[in-house]
Amino acid sequence: MSDEPKASRHSVLVRLTHWTVVLSVLGLLVTGIGILISHPRLYWGETGSIGTESLVDLPIPFTIGPSVWNRPFHFLFAWILVLTGLVYVAGGFLTPHVRNDLLPARTDLRVNHIKRVLLEHVRWRQHDVHVARSYNVVQRLAYLSVVFVLFPSIVWTGLAMSFGMTSVFPTLATALGGHQSARTLHVVCVVLLLLFAIVHVVMLGREGFWSNVRAMITGHAPYGGRAR
Amino acid sequence: MRRPLTRRTFLTAGLATAAGASGLGAAIYSADRYGLIPPDHSGVVGIGETLTYATQRLLTSRHSLAREFTRRDISKVAPVNGPHPRDEKYVSLLADGFRDWRLSIEGLVSRSLTLSLDELKRLPQESHVLLHACEEGWSYIAEWTGVRLASVLALAGIRPEARYVVFEPFANPNQSGSVVRVLWDSIDMADALHAQTLLAYGMNGETLPPDHGAPVRLRLGRHLGYKNTKYLSRIIVTERRDYYRKSRGTWYGGI
Repeated sequence: MSDEPKASRHSVLVRLTHWTVVLSVLGLLVTGIGILISHPRLYWGETGSIGTESLVDLPIPFTIGPSVWNRPFHFLFAWILVLTGLVYVAGGFLTPHVRNDLLPARTDLRVNHIKRVLLEHVRWRQHDVHVARSYNVVQRLAYLSVVFVLFPSIVWTGLAMSFGMTSVFPTLATALGGHQSARTLHVVCVVLLLLFAIVHVVMLGREGFWSNVRAMITGHAPYGGRAR
Repeated sequence: MRRPLTRRTFLTAGLATAAGASGLGAAIYSADRYGLIPPDHSGVVGIGETLTYATQRLLTSRHSLAREFTRRDISKVAPVNGPHPRDEKYVSLLADGFRDWRLSIEGLVSRSLTLSLDELKRLPQESHVLLHACEEGWSYIAEWTGVRLASVLALAGIRPEARYVVFEPFANPNQSGSVVRVLWDSIDMADALHAQTLLAYGMNGETLPPDHGAPVRLRLGRHLGYKNTKYLSRIIVTERRDYYRKSRGTWYGGI
């Protein structure tokens, strides 16, 4: 055993679900792109096809075929993501995780404070790693919106494209403007998630990418460093 | 800090494993009894397919209806994935207005039927304006006119052990004309008896166009486009799960 001061940063629940989500999102991304390249155009409303007006024409050629074998894998990964997400949210409320790690303190929710923390992030200011042992207000708001807004939106827009689901819950599609609107919003949500993931990984680099990755694997943060 | 493996932990772990395994076994057994296991349940992908199919069957029941639209919503463009067959048989049937075409209903039925297009059109007719979406991503709205599959099956009389209905189109040679591929497919009884499942011979107020599957195609309200078999010639009622699909993609098209 080394004499390194080790602080327990992430619970087993957070670590297991984090990496399962990472892997399933990667799988969903690859298979989702496989489906999208079969018809790389986005529409608004219920209908849209070659010969109708589109919202976005992605600059890639139509590739016939990949949607057929990408779809089943897409739904397999979707199941893994949804079940993991349910375990994480249930566990997060049963343990102090959501309350202590994610919900911001009321006093931190002032606009000026949020602005200041955001500016620190943008200016790439190095923190004293011993000071901050928990997430700041910007991190908390970012994680909360990813967990409780972005991921549910991705699931919703995905289910809104399912004929079985809309036969029971037609509002899934109609509230979004229709089948094609749901498909477009599904892609928009994924782009937002990717932007979050990029910022997330870039921010990890600020205090050492690998020590943060190690903390998310082993649960321990050497030198009391904080993870994000 | 490793705990030694005592007899108690060994027994507890063993009992827990046995209970888990038998619980899973019981779950699979009852899921199969209630028709929640799809034919393509095997393999890694089968896990997702089974979860999707079972969840949707528990949610949708036999009666949930796909969204219906109005005639004003009908799309001006209705694309197809591939034109109609160009082989001699199809061309001659088409030229003759499908007078010599017959649809047979066989398998687990009280009496096998052979229906001409005129006989099919004399059965109670209904129309539904539905969204048609390809798994690739595109979609259109059209009105489909035909007879409910349930009405035809009632004429033939379904035997109680029936579990699936198989749809066989007539030979559909590909563009090169050399390879004959007959893509047959099947649906479960919940979809076969569903109120929006039609044997459609009309589209947007006109005769079903050849590219859309003339003379008769299957039209399902709660499935993606690829499940709507075109150019029908044979309907087989069966209890066999292995005799289900000779086509690409997943069996259940509700998602």
